[in-house]
Amino acid sequence: MTANAVYERLKARFGERVISAQLEAKDPAIRIVPEAIAEVCAFARDDSELRCEALSNQSGVDYKADGEIEIVYHLYSYTHRHDVILKVRTPRDAAVVPTVEGVWKSANWMEREIFDLLGVTFTGHSDLRRLLMPEDWVGHPLRKDFVEPEEYHGISTRRESLLR
Amino acid sequence: MSLAGYEVAVEQVGPHGLETEEMTLNMGPQHPSTHGVLRFVVKADGEVMRQAIPDVGYLHRSIEKIAEKVGYHGFMPYTDRVDYVAAMFCNQGWASVAEKLGDITVPKRGEYCRVIAAELNRIASHLLSVGTMVLDIGAITPFFHAFREREKLNDLLEELCGSRLTYNYMRIGGVAWDLPPGYAEKVLAFLDRFEPMLAEYDDLISANKIYVERCAGVAIIGREDAFAYNLVGPNLRAAGVRYDVRRDEPYSVYPELEFDVPVGPGEHGVVGDSYARYAVRIREMTQSARILRQCFRQMPDGPVIAKVPRKFRPPAGDAQVRVESARGDMGWYAVSDGTEFPYRCKVRTGSFAAMAIIDKVSAGLMLADLVTVIASLDIVAPEVDR
Repeated sequence: MTANAVYERLKARFGERVISAQLEAKDPAIRIVPEAIAEVCAFARDDSELRCEALSNQSGVDYKADGEIEIVYHLYSYTHRHDVILKVRTPRDAAVVPTVEGVWKSANWMEREIFDLLGVTFTGHSDLRRLLMPEDWVGHPLRKDFVEPEEYHGISTRRESLLR
Repeated sequence: MSLAGYEVAVEQVGPHGLETEEMTLNMGPQHPSTHGVLRFVVKADGEVMRQAIPDVGYLHRSIEKIAEKVGYHGFMPYTDRVDYVAAMFCNQGWASVAEKLGDITVPKRGEYCRVIAAELNRIASHLLSVGTMVLDIGAITPFFHAFREREKLNDLLEELCGSRLTYNYMRIGGVAWDLPPGYAEKVLAFLDRFEPMLAEYDDLISANKIYVERCAGVAIIGREDAFAYNLVGPNLRAAGVRYDVRRDEPYSVYPELEFDVPVGPGEHGVVGDSYARYAVRIREMTQSARILRQCFRQMPDGPVIAKVPRKFRPPAGDAQVRVESARGDMGWYAVSDGTEFPYRCKVRTGSFAAMAIIDKVSAGLMLADLVTVIASLDIVAPEVDR
């Protein structure tokens, strides 16, 4: 299915909750209202024309200049061999997005990673805790304004620059 | 990771009036059978596990954040470390996504060099995977057979690009160097000697009764679970799904090459069990050898790298590229803001999802089976943590 057809199909089903689409981009993507993402993903998985059995990738991108964090969902259909790319945007200082763990179990760890590194809370997630960083870490390292702490449990993070 | 919340009831009275206790054990992060620094908190009732909770992050090196600091060209050596066992694919993934962002076409000979390097690396990675799988299960001898072949491959790759493990061979726009003189003869001589070795390997271990009983029927992962948990590569093919990024979403020069995509045979066990995952990898090595022979026959002459500016500034936008790594489809997603530093780089690796499914399949297995499961899913710690 072409990206245009996917966009039309989602728009027909979800109306205003499908905000816009970048159809001329290298990877055409469709922007969804955050509150509707779980429903849209469930439709993308179950609808016979879309049939996106797998959540291939879920990434968070910190757009500090816009004051928003964007979550990008790359869905893939093994039946139809097409990609569907969905994007949601949430404000940086109150980043809350509904979980899609109920649709694909692979979202469990991917959302934990986004929570850990970018500080986005996924409502409805069964086990939202840090994945890669230690559980007593403060801050979200992938954010653009993240400042490295001076030390961690007595281990200093500062060293002399190797460049002369 | 604290153990708060994992407290278990003690002093259970068993069926014969014996008092038993459910144990919470720690496996890792230093452990000879976990493939890298992986940690599991295992709740076991005797030998049978109730749950094996993975705890990852011991090898987290913030590679994705480093991409934002070192620039497109400078990031290439770091991509090797995303999966140091199959580093060529990581190089290819990063180069491909940068080329997609910047609309760069790689010359034909460069693409063939990439495929040759990648398929050699695939064989090396699979040899490590099956070698360590049989070693973890307890058969020591096949490990040495596998690594003896792998040594020769490391020598070939060293001749190609200078290093045995973390290659930094590919560049944005092509590859760094052309094949050295006489390389084709050396690789073909290796393949002539290697392919009968796979038959020897089969004789040694594949039908061994103990090995089959350890692997067959253990941790059966079916199609639906494989899709839901986003298993990829040999893990997905062992579940019966005949899907390979090289054939179904082709990239590079794979459309010109002929090869089969093996799926879980279901012999000695069930489709989707640990034995099937092992069998798929053995068969894939034969297919890689086939691809390599075709590449040397078909390679054209010409440049191996396109002209790419030193300050590479792709237009703003984002792109995703998938390459078929040894561990499955590796998704590289990059966002560009028009400067020479990537705004965001995200790698979604095959081992990440495989780690997540262990929690689900390990209920009811024995502790020794956990080792089989980790090895058969071919999990390497650098891919999980990056």
